[in-house]
Amino acid sequence: MEYRELVRSLVEIVGEDYVSDNPEELYIYARDSGTEGPRRVDCVAMPRTVQEVQGIVLLANERCIPVTPMGANLTLNGLALPNKGGLVLDMKRMDRILELNRMARYVVVEAGVTQGMLGSYLEKNSPDLEHSRPEAPAMATVVGNIMIRGHGYLSLRYGNNAHMTNGMEVVLPTGEICNIGSLSVSPWPFCKGPLPDLTGLFCGWHGTTGIVTKLSLKLFPRRRLLDVVGFICTDLELIPELLRAITHTDMADNVFVIGSALADARGPVQFITISITGDLEEELEYKRAVFRKMAAEFGDGSGTVKFMKDVPDLLKTRFVEKPPFVSPALAADFDKGGGYRYCGAILPTWQIPSGWKKGMDIARRHHKHYFYGIQVLGYGHSVMFGFVYTFNRADRSSVRDTSDAMKETNTMVLELGGIPWKAEASAQSDIVARMDANTLGLITRIRKVLDPNGIMNPGNWEV
Amino acid sequence: MTLLAHSDVIHRCFRCGFCKLTYDYGAEGFNCPIYHRFRLETYSPGGLMWLTRGCLIDHDLEWGPHLSHILFSCTMCGNCAEQCRFDFKTHLLDIFRSVREEAVETQRPLPPKVAQFLENVYLYGNPYREAKDVRSDWVEELGVRRFSKGDEFLYYVGCVGSYDSRARKAAKALATLLLEAGVSFGILGSQEQCDGNEVKHLGESGLFEVLRDGNVRVFRDLGVKKIVTLSPHSYNAFKKDYPQEFEVCHYTQLLRDLIEQGRLKPGQQPQITVTYHDPCFLGRHNEEYDAPREVLRALPGIDLVEMARYGKNAFCCGGGGGNFYTGISASGKERASIARVREAAATGASVLAVACPICLTMLEDALKSEWLDESLVVKDISEIAAESVKGHRAVVDPLRRSKGG
Repeated sequence: MEYRELVRSLVEIVGEDYVSDNPEELYIYARDSGTEGPRRVDCVAMPRTVQEVQGIVLLANERCIPVTPMGANLTLNGLALPNKGGLVLDMKRMDRILELNRMARYVVVEAGVTQGMLGSYLEKNSPDLEHSRPEAPAMATVVGNIMIRGHGYLSLRYGNNAHMTNGMEVVLPTGEICNIGSLSVSPWPFCKGPLPDLTGLFCGWHGTTGIVTKLSLKLFPRRRLLDVVGFICTDLELIPELLRAITHTDMADNVFVIGSALADARGPVQFITISITGDLEEELEYKRAVFRKMAAEFGDGSGTVKFMKDVPDLLKTRFVEKPPFVSPALAADFDKGGGYRYCGAILPTWQIPSGWKKGMDIARRHHKHYFYGIQVLGYGHSVMFGFVYTFNRADRSSVRDTSDAMKETNTMVLELGGIPWKAEASAQSDIVARMDANTLGLITRIRKVLDPNGIMNPGNWEV
Repeated sequence: MTLLAHSDVIHRCFRCGFCKLTYDYGAEGFNCPIYHRFRLETYSPGGLMWLTRGCLIDHDLEWGPHLSHILFSCTMCGNCAEQCRFDFKTHLLDIFRSVREEAVETQRPLPPKVAQFLENVYLYGNPYREAKDVRSDWVEELGVRRFSKGDEFLYYVGCVGSYDSRARKAAKALATLLLEAGVSFGILGSQEQCDGNEVKHLGESGLFEVLRDGNVRVFRDLGVKKIVTLSPHSYNAFKKDYPQEFEVCHYTQLLRDLIEQGRLKPGQQPQITVTYHDPCFLGRHNEEYDAPREVLRALPGIDLVEMARYGKNAFCCGGGGGNFYTGISASGKERASIARVREAAATGASVLAVACPICLTMLEDALKSEWLDESLVVKDISEIAAESVKGHRAVVDPLRRSKGG
């Protein structure tokens, strides 16, 4: 009864077409592409404006109804699925690109703008600028990526994508619309300002502190030429030093380490891809020469590191193709099962060999092939080590096995001193259990202040 | 093909969402007409896949009116099959059609307008509940004959061209062009009945077979060898779902040949800018992107410009899969046809050319409701070509007469 009334009120705010409590919508919004869920969803609404979001939040807060904001629902880890029922806010109708500032190199997007839309928009309107595109399907939203502290193809140079926001417009759990960053003082969202950095109150909180409706995103120069060079490395222990050497040249734009059981019948072989860019072919050739020399000299010339004469097309197109084909999405169907999850572990670089070996053990125990994709973040300040597991969606035991493998991997990552990225509910519990008590207390106090009724995506970051 | 035949595929959809987009992930908007219209995840190819699995395979969801509305909303435009990144993409439309077949065969409740469409076709041979003998009312003034043995082409007009007042103008224009070019052709008149394309896509495979067999019998009895269709939907059915004994072409393919052969002589018209909307059943379904453009380029005075989404990326008008009649996804301010006419208007063109009677009616309605009809008109290529040929004749005929020709 309570929800029937809510639906009626929501219809008044967003219109009949954009509210549903039909079993079909509840079925779809209760599930994502990973192994989490299904969860209870009581209704779904699709706002178009910040005022509509505000109206919904005021309503939910008054009635203490849980609200879960959702972008493309592609985290694979159930982060946009409600833990405690309530209302799912599908933000994808807020899909306008509001401003492009070429001089200050930023773009202002609404919460539903997708990576594909933004890439295509920039290609058309400012091909000399780019944003840090994540390895995600084109439907993934820009704001969603920032909110989960995602990373992208420019994260080696400029760090985590959440560092690339100049600020945002947020609807707080109590309904106030708040501007974060320079926009709180200035007409332009051109920087975070010499102000308290409040973006940190929203990035990485999994929607528990407010709903971001608009965001200013930094853009960066896009060079005319892009190529990918690569190494093959047969000595796992060399990888951390090799990555340090590669990033220390300041000539790599994006570095990935890729390994898989399928490519690797003779023992662990690591492919290291290095994206290089330039405005002149001579510039690229110089960079190729630097890396060729590095491969020849590395490991005392023992041949454990080889410069790839030709980088395989599959690896190359992943980084070069415009617009991107995003081959990682294809991993979902390696086993013709349509299922794909990964633990994106944020690790210190030196833990790559241990993670690699322990990950292989976990995969073996769960009768899975291992797939690894390791992205170097911020000059090797850390890496995102993706432990990928595919599964057959139609086979419940395969789903269960993947879920178990994920849990073991999360534990292993924490034991290595790393932190699972976009952690699902159980992984959050593991993180919280290890967290400094005062830090956890601070998080809890902040949430209580911002969200006194606990309506925002409850069940996340809780003890 | 039954849904069971797809049971090893249907769970493989990841809902990554490429199916909603264009090749360049265009900022112009989503390219799945039902997702564009409804914006709920249920109304998307991935949503259809997951709901189908949930209801008919896993039995986690019961069939109800809303599920029926969702599953019958798809226009079968084929964008999803074009854009999907997985090798099961070729199954997508078959799956969506199979679900509907399953619903029809197991007598689950259909959306009322779908049931009405199918009933009308069953009873009247057309979705409009119109009598067969008024099908060819429009031909009298033109002197178009019934098809008889020895005619080279059967001109298959189809239900929309026969009964819809706007589409009839396109049907007439094509007839005048065929007459002008001296093409040996005839129509079926009251013997014509629905080609069954939409019936098949709405899942009534039994009725489709009855229609197909009836049409084939008539074609054979009359000695039909070649068929030219006004509608890409008829073209699609005849080409893919009928016996392969008939040579079938869409009228734009024939017009292109007639112009090339000099049998149709376009005349100079005032300079106009035209943009062309690819019909899904001519473009994505049958990969004919060139013929309509070649016809337009052959008409003097026409400057052809493309919309942001064209060819394989073209955005559906929203009328396919019976939606021109059922209106499931073809109603409301967010319907696909509205976005499409806005996109056409943004090119600066004064004419939006189409090559399909369904697109013609859908887009013209949208133009009017958007108040764009003072700056842009929707015309079928047959109409544009007929005006051009008429213009040529207006110049040539007086000369002929003055020379006693």
